[in-house]
Amino acid sequence: MSEFLSPRTLAEALKLRSAHPDFTVLSGGTDLMVRATERDYPVGTIDVFSLKEMRGVCESDAALSIGASTPYADLLRSDVVLTMLPNLHAAIREIGAVQIQERGTIGGNIGTSSPVGDTLPCLLALDAEVELRSQNNTRRVAYSDFCTGYRKTQLGADELITAIHIPRPAKGTRLFWRKIGTRRAQAISKVMGAASFRIEEGVVSHARIALGAVADRPRRVEAAEQRIQGEKPSERLATEVAAIVRSDVKPIDDVRSTASYRLDVAVNIVRRFVLELV
Amino acid sequence: MKIRMQVNGAARELETEPMRRLLDVLREDCGLTGTKEGCGEGECGACTVLIDGKPVNSCLVPVGQVHEAELLTVEGLSDGELLTDVQRALVEHGGAQCGICTPGIAVTAESLIRREKNLDHARIRELLAGNLCRCTGYQRVVEAVAEAAAKRGGAGDE
Amino acid sequence: MDFGGFGQFMSVQVPEFVADGVRWAAMTNSTIRDLDKAVPRVDGADKVTGKALYVDDLKVDGALYGRTVRSHVPHAKLKRISLDPDFDWSDVVVVTADDITGKNVVLLIEEDQPALVPEGGIIRHVDEPVALVAASDPRRAQAAMEHVRLEVEELPAVFTIEESVAKKVLLRGDDNVYKRFEILRGDDVEQALASADYVIEGTYRTGAQEQMYIEPQGMIAEWTDAGAVRLVGSLQCPYYVHKAMRELLQLDEDKVIVTQAVTGGGFGGKEEYPSMLAAHVALLAKKAKRPVRMVYDRVEDVRATTKRHPAPTRHRIGVNKDGTIVAVDVDVLIDGGAYLTLSPVVLSRGVLHSVGPYNVPHVRVVGRAMATNLPPHGAFRGFGAPQTTFAYERQIEKAAQRVGMSSLEFRRKNMLREGDVTCTGQTLKYSVGSAQVLDAVEQQIGQAPPKGSAAPPQFASVKRGKGLAFYYHGAGFTGSGEDRLKGRASVAVNAGGKFEVRSTSTDIGQGTFTIFAQLASAALDVDIKDVEMIQPSTEKAPDSGPTVASRTTMVVGSVVQKAGAQLKQRLLAFAEESGVQSGDVAELAKRYAEKHGELEETVTYHSPPGVKWDDATYRGDAYPCYGWAACYVEVAVDDDTHEVTVERCIHAVDVGHAIHPVLVKGQIEGGTLQALGWALWESVVYRNGRVANPTMTDCIIPTSIEAPEMETLVVEVPYPHGPHGAKGVGEIPMDGPAAAVANAVADALGQPFDEVPLLPEVICRQVSATAAE
Repeated sequence: MSEFLSPRTLAEALKLRSAHPDFTVLSGGTDLMVRATERDYPVGTIDVFSLKEMRGVCESDAALSIGASTPYADLLRSDVVLTMLPNLHAAIREIGAVQIQERGTIGGNIGTSSPVGDTLPCLLALDAEVELRSQNNTRRVAYSDFCTGYRKTQLGADELITAIHIPRPAKGTRLFWRKIGTRRAQAISKVMGAASFRIEEGVVSHARIALGAVADRPRRVEAAEQRIQGEKPSERLATEVAAIVRSDVKPIDDVRSTASYRLDVAVNIVRRFVLELV
Repeated sequence: MKIRMQVNGAARELETEPMRRLLDVLREDCGLTGTKEGCGEGECGACTVLIDGKPVNSCLVPVGQVHEAELLTVEGLSDGELLTDVQRALVEHGGAQCGICTPGIAVTAESLIRREKNLDHARIRELLAGNLCRCTGYQRVVEAVAEAAAKRGGAGDE
Repeated sequence: MDFGGFGQFMSVQVPEFVADGVRWAAMTNSTIRDLDKAVPRVDGADKVTGKALYVDDLKVDGALYGRTVRSHVPHAKLKRISLDPDFDWSDVVVVTADDITGKNVVLLIEEDQPALVPEGGIIRHVDEPVALVAASDPRRAQAAMEHVRLEVEELPAVFTIEESVAKKVLLRGDDNVYKRFEILRGDDVEQALASADYVIEGTYRTGAQEQMYIEPQGMIAEWTDAGAVRLVGSLQCPYYVHKAMRELLQLDEDKVIVTQAVTGGGFGGKEEYPSMLAAHVALLAKKAKRPVRMVYDRVEDVRATTKRHPAPTRHRIGVNKDGTIVAVDVDVLIDGGAYLTLSPVVLSRGVLHSVGPYNVPHVRVVGRAMATNLPPHGAFRGFGAPQTTFAYERQIEKAAQRVGMSSLEFRRKNMLREGDVTCTGQTLKYSVGSAQVLDAVEQQIGQAPPKGSAAPPQFASVKRGKGLAFYYHGAGFTGSGEDRLKGRASVAVNAGGKFEVRSTSTDIGQGTFTIFAQLASAALDVDIKDVEMIQPSTEKAPDSGPTVASRTTMVVGSVVQKAGAQLKQRLLAFAEESGVQSGDVAELAKRYAEKHGELEETVTYHSPPGVKWDDATYRGDAYPCYGWAACYVEVAVDDDTHEVTVERCIHAVDVGHAIHPVLVKGQIEGGTLQALGWALWESVVYRNGRVANPTMTDCIIPTSIEAPEMETLVVEVPYPHGPHGAKGVGEIPMDGPAAAVANAVADALGQPFDEVPLLPEVICRQVSATAAE
């Protein structure tokens, strides 16, 4: 029989994590438990899903902090998420369906860091930081640095993802989201796009453009961001930004879609985001 | 691991591997075969049960996570011979055909109409998207849930 | 066998459930005896409460869990099967072809498919069964399965119809053709086409489609002391399994007992494959001397079981400027896969429907079913007709555009009406609802659409289009099929004085039990609550024929109706003989049973008078009657993502007569969504002959969001030989919506789209290619 540890406090969880670096950290199970009968049971499991200290949403002047074990359903019911981060809210609303939203957590999404993780492009576009804790240390890492490769992250063997911190979008910021999945719900993404543009006096003063499912990890398109920065949105700008995306992104073929489709759509949705500013 | 839980209002205690799927524990250990398996990966929703009132895919929940939780399965919906209004509407509107997805739909729908008012057809379609049905094309299911919701005080579409 | 009380198979009781303290039957005002009313379906209460027992729900004491060892290569000589010597086999039962004492075939039309590939035999597709294991724990069985080693010598394989036609490798005979059909009408078709003002030609491709019933396939077997094998499973056709097992195990009729468990969907997918599963559990149980259960997980089910035949159809149509169709020439090809299975019959239906419900004086249709090294394709709702319907309804739309007529006008001008003659020379004498379904759709288009269909996503810039399709579907078996089948069913007074309908027509969700209970109670003139349905079993009911081909209500239902009427006459005669003073037939049944015990009336089906068919020339009355339908859709195509949203869907179907209007609508709507799924989302991806997307996550079907609000119009043009005028409805809703969608997408984007599924990738590729030109 495998060991199943259900810490009651974060301190206890961190202690167990440090004592059992080989144990699986379990949150809502929506990824870990997929077709579980095909695999042997893990040696041990640390369940952080119900940890109160890792749940909930906390708003400050500077940021919105989300506990890593907060299920998506709780975020959907949060007015502050809806009003402050409408693109993240829209992204979460399209994850799975109600059953997945009740169990899936943002911490789990970050921990897995699959290239098709549905919240991840938004986190990149929003300059989100991941809070990592171990018994002796707390650190914050930008999500763009946290994910280091295909399902690879900076998470230490003694660390837990405890929260995500998202800076409050500055005044005049427009946020965008588009998911193209195999269908409208219960869908693995074929392409995702998220963007954040701050417009000051008719000019883009800050730009973030992020894509999912087009590389081994969620990624920003920095060259496109730089091109738009300081510019007045126009149809021509949209076309130019789209061209940058086309040369910068190299998606792949798989059973769900084709490289050429992914590329075309990534280009088109980024173009559409910019057009929306015009 | 020793698991204590409330299943359909009754206390249950069992000793089992904590990483077993709740679905298997319900079907094999509790004899509650109304909860079905269609995919084993959280896609079809046939295994939907309520954990503390929330609909979840029981194929994705290790039983270790429901220690001291309150569970409701399809067997716990109706009170003896009394069908709930959702169940009754599903039969009346033809929302159950082969019936394999029906327990999951009945459970999900119950949780939806308990929690949300103003369930119009579009909203019902969004909220039932985690329950795949291959027989009905969903029309009869949506109509049944809308009617049951309207009866409970929400406003259905028709 | 004790299936936890299930061995004595349950009778399905009409629910007498109480809701809110009110008797529901009374509340809905169905005096049950009423036909044409939405009585509660007889298995409804069991299904909404979770009481209904499907095969995986049956408890069987001491049963082992079986698993199948499958090939990993598409085409090879199987040199050796060996067991990993480092694995502990002491508690595992292993079966190979050597354990088959009877005939190693899964009998259907031909004897070409083995239950297990023997050593020295040929593996013909990936995931072909080679050996079987069973153990008392499912994880142990899985481990054992993984430790069976196959030594093979690979052979070149054929994965596409084109490769098969080109004889890249010879898999069957000297041409890879399983079956060929030809239909000729009128004069030489080439000359006729040459005489037409316009000739339109196209090739239309339709992909494989997974039935994706939500309950995977499963079967349980146990041998009795008397040497009989009892099988219970998720299946459509008990007597197909019965016949196959008698051949495989070389057993007498009464030594094979096949019973249907409550079945979670079939759609054709549980027509032929359950015989394979039955073979496997029967062989394992025999060797183990214990019951064996085998329930596939989703991945195994999708990889190993049948799908709809992929089919390219080449279609030429000649039309004159006035909009008259002159001639049609069709070349139908279907991919049968690695064994013949049902492909000839699927091809036959595809060919017979390929000209469509139109007057066409000069016709040539050639159809071929080809061998490849894909897992066999098989029965799926529509059975060949959806493939050819897609082709001709794209052609008809192009022809209408060419002559400058509206979609409706062109179809009305050329459609078959009562008295007209089909491509096989059949004069349509009755129940022709062609004009009515088109009228119904036209009228509905003018109504405000219902709210609730999905809208395109935010920020989307879309192009919108409209599409129509019009089609017919032959009800029942083709040609002389029903006369060969001689479907039988009984209505009886059982020993307890209750009425029982005894048939092996299965309820797989479509509502057979409810319809039969309605028909029997009406014929007997008793309350529906006095009629019980037996769970279909070869032990308890005669062979009603398979539950396929839109035949159950129309053919077997008419038999049930007759048997009920005859039984009533027998009871009235009994009343007269014995001087019982009661006109209440239910009361008479009780009295009869008390005095004499059981009384059973069995009726055999006969084709209606005047139906003539020639199998040799493929001419005559192809079907006793046809369902007629028209489907209209409106779509929005996203400029950025090429995703298609179905914003409106109207479907009018002539069903003859709706015995149960709610069940009929359920059939139409369910079939419609399967067709929309096939048109837009459902794609089976093969890599080297193996299904590469074998999960519900990747081999997707529509959710409630993709499904539009259905505007379902039930049209009734009675069929004089069907029960109360009813004819087949099960398959026709699957035939046409895909063409309607493709017509609508073509309308939206101003260019033809001639394949399904119209995945966004497909539209993207074509739009890009067109733009590049």
